[in-house]
Amino acid sequence: MTYPIEKIRADFPILNEKIRNKPLVYLDNAASCQKPQAVIDSLVHLYSHDYANVHRGVHTLSVRSTDLFEAAREKVKSFINAQSEKEIIFVRGTTDAINLIAQTYGKANIHAGDEIIITAMEHHSNIVPWQMLCEEKGAILKVAPMNLAGELLMPEFEALLNAKTKLVTVVHMSNALGTINPVEKIIELAHAQNIPVLLDGAQAIPHMPVDVQALDCDFYVFSGHKLYAPTGVGVLYGKQALLEAMPPYQGGGDMIRTVTFEKSTYAGLPHKFEAGTPSIAEVIGLGAAIDYLNSIGMEAIAAHEAELLAYATEQALQIDGLKIIGEAKEKGGILSFTLHKIHPHDIGTMLDSLGIAIRAGHHCAMPVMDFYKVPATARASFAMYNTKAEIDVLMSGIRNLIEMFG
Amino acid sequence: MFEDLRDLYQEVIFDHNRNPRNFHVMENYDRMVEGFNPLCGDRLTLFLKLDGETITDASFQGSGCAISTASVSLMTEIIKGKTQAEAEELFHTFHKITTGKSEDLQLEAVGKLAVLAGVREYPARVKCATLAWHTLDAALKNEQQSISTE
Repeated sequence: MTYPIEKIRADFPILNEKIRNKPLVYLDNAASCQKPQAVIDSLVHLYSHDYANVHRGVHTLSVRSTDLFEAAREKVKSFINAQSEKEIIFVRGTTDAINLIAQTYGKANIHAGDEIIITAMEHHSNIVPWQMLCEEKGAILKVAPMNLAGELLMPEFEALLNAKTKLVTVVHMSNALGTINPVEKIIELAHAQNIPVLLDGAQAIPHMPVDVQALDCDFYVFSGHKLYAPTGVGVLYGKQALLEAMPPYQGGGDMIRTVTFEKSTYAGLPHKFEAGTPSIAEVIGLGAAIDYLNSIGMEAIAAHEAELLAYATEQALQIDGLKIIGEAKEKGGILSFTLHKIHPHDIGTMLDSLGIAIRAGHHCAMPVMDFYKVPATARASFAMYNTKAEIDVLMSGIRNLIEMFG
Repeated sequence: MFEDLRDLYQEVIFDHNRNPRNFHVMENYDRMVEGFNPLCGDRLTLFLKLDGETITDASFQGSGCAISTASVSLMTEIIKGKTQAEAEELFHTFHKITTGKSEDLQLEAVGKLAVLAGVREYPARVKCATLAWHTLDAALKNEQQSISTE
């Protein structure tokens, strides 16, 4: 079957926008993805017909909202092939999920002298929560190195594993480089020493099928807004036994079974970790986004994006003075680059004047920038609705701005 | 192709970006302050030589985007020979032309610096143009800590 690119583009109303009188070329998908009409409609429909608070009332609207909310949990469960919906915790996003794990699992299980392993290509959200925990506990953060292509050095990673290692927490796909890490091998090596593994799936989840049971990861976390869903919702998957053993995170409504002034008992999974009114509409919107993705198929999306990346890479390599940052063999749809003597912010502003949205900056991965000795990079990142014609517009823009800078 | 950008990227800016003026470390400086915007990576070190109230020499080192590089290059040219009070006055005027409303602009008061007035249409880039001047302000006040406009 051919990839239904025309239909997909028609499903995203924002793609009709003109930016500075030019058709929008949206290539900042690694920062956040645009939303299909189905997701927008799900929010409008909810607020127009079905909205009330969840898990509380006996009235009709509360029941409807609760059903839709829990149906979204079921959709997430199937989407990542978790064993049980009890393993799907709704949070605000990837950052929130990692902080939750650090503050519950981390505080309960990581002590003075223990070690946590991350990699050299982590996003700040998978560095800082662990630094904070290490500082509090007197634990040690170990960083597995990478090579210049942006590939994790597996022998060095393996050598870091030891009896003091209490957690391995690794990005599945790097937002700054596009590298897809060999997570199966990482998990196998860590599990051989009984070390649990957390995967930061923020970038991977929109671009490839993810099966948490096949991976056998212990935690998998991601954001909704990079998966064509609204902001303000994310998912923490954890193996049920681990989640059961973890202390609760925030206290409040919805996460309790009984409360007296002397003592409270906590709700079971997944509600134990969902204190307070959740992002109801956003969760339901995430469910709609998953339905939409399933209607196209993650395999088909992955194949389309792989083709875009290959084409963009081939085109980029023909531009004098363009240097690609991140050339891993296993790579997702991200093209980070620098231009000789042209700062990424100038590239960003100039491309914007042509209607092209890219990211310029350190991509919340300052250690990665330090590693490549650049202050920032320009980054074009691809999604299910991008086309080769858009990549042509990007490349033509880059050639022209190089000429203008002289 | 980039017609819309001509107000922002004027030829003077490209010129100063390609060939920054006073781009060197100063020996025997009187003031040295670092300006650093970590989010975008613009980084400069400003050196001043003072003779009483007068700025007798200015130079800088660092790297940044074309706007920030041109801004600091132009600034080092224009403040040489000015008194500290005059330089402070220029800082305030410059701040107005890069952030203020267009009807209040007094472009003639800033001479060559007027080429940077275009940034006020690009709110995300104002911090690039003003980093040099906030760093100068700190240097004149003899403050030691690193300056940021983010």
